[in-house]
Amino acid sequence: MDPSAAKLIGAGLASIALVGAGIGIGTIFGNYLQGALRNPSAAPSQFANLLLGFALAEATGLFGLVVALIILFVF
Amino acid sequence: MIDAAYAAEGAGHGGGAAGGLPNPMHQFEIKRLIPFELFGFDASFTNSALFMLIAATLITLFTVYAMHSRALVPSRLQSVAELSYQFIANMVRDNVGTDGMKYFPFVFTLFMFVLTLNMLGMVPYSFTVTSHIIVTFALAAFIFLGVTLIGFWKHGAKFLKFFVPEGVPIVMLPLLVVIEVISYLTRPLSLSVRLFANMMAGHTMLKVFGAFVVALGFLGGWAPLAFMVAFTGLEILVAFLQAYVFAILTCIYLNDALHMHHH
Repeated sequence: MDPSAAKLIGAGLASIALVGAGIGIGTIFGNYLQGALRNPSAAPSQFANLLLGFALAEATGLFGLVVALIILFVF
Repeated sequence: MIDAAYAAEGAGHGGGAAGGLPNPMHQFEIKRLIPFELFGFDASFTNSALFMLIAATLITLFTVYAMHSRALVPSRLQSVAELSYQFIANMVRDNVGTDGMKYFPFVFTLFMFVLTLNMLGMVPYSFTVTSHIIVTFALAAFIFLGVTLIGFWKHGAKFLKFFVPEGVPIVMLPLLVVIEVISYLTRPLSLSVRLFANMMAGHTMLKVFGAFVVALGFLGGWAPLAFMVAFTGLEILVAFLQAYVFAILTCIYLNDALHMHHH
């Protein structure tokens, strides 16, 4: 196989990281809504943690992007 | 060597990519505004340095000018300055505790700097300094070194106990200590890559969709344009959120060093 084709396949495989980020962000917002509807008075106090969890989960998907970019442009 | 790198990057852009779409990476190009060499190192004044300077000037002007009247009933501008002060002060107090308040000026400066750089990057035709990993890594490495030094200065050699989880069978310890040390050492990496990747991915995506608007023309360009408007809003949220996460993780690392609580 042409090495450049393998590079493109590898970069495509690295974007599978988005699966994990999608599951993580969905879990965070879903569980926050679930908790917030059960106990609405406690919801605002956890909003900062919600944003923190969202950013942490989103970042893992972006690490995949970085891997893809490294594969594409560095090697 | 540096010239070659600049030339190689310069050759990669210029609207000539496949399909006629402009290269979305062009916006991240570093341009030397005032070439300058110091002991054989390239110490030029670049557009990155210019935007850092603009950010530092803006923050200083904003805080000084907004607080110059010191009114008891604050004006709108003074309210913004007081709110941002209080926002970070609460963050430090909640996450580090009252004895961590002496690090408040550092966290406040860090937050305002990253926030201003991210927001400046949202202005069209400007430059996003935080989309370069070397900038974010320098910030994160400084935080990591500082926090580790604070930990050793505060606890001495006892700080090494931070890497030994309590209530774990002795057999498991060799493995867990290694994992703890590795997870501690990857902190500057994850802290810097998170900010850098968010900024770079967002701006690349904006540029790609911006190219779609132009390429689809007057009839078809409205759909990506609507998406662009929504996505710009999301990007502004992300710009704030990443500055917030950067500051709060700094607080969490500081808390670990000062109190060694969670073990």
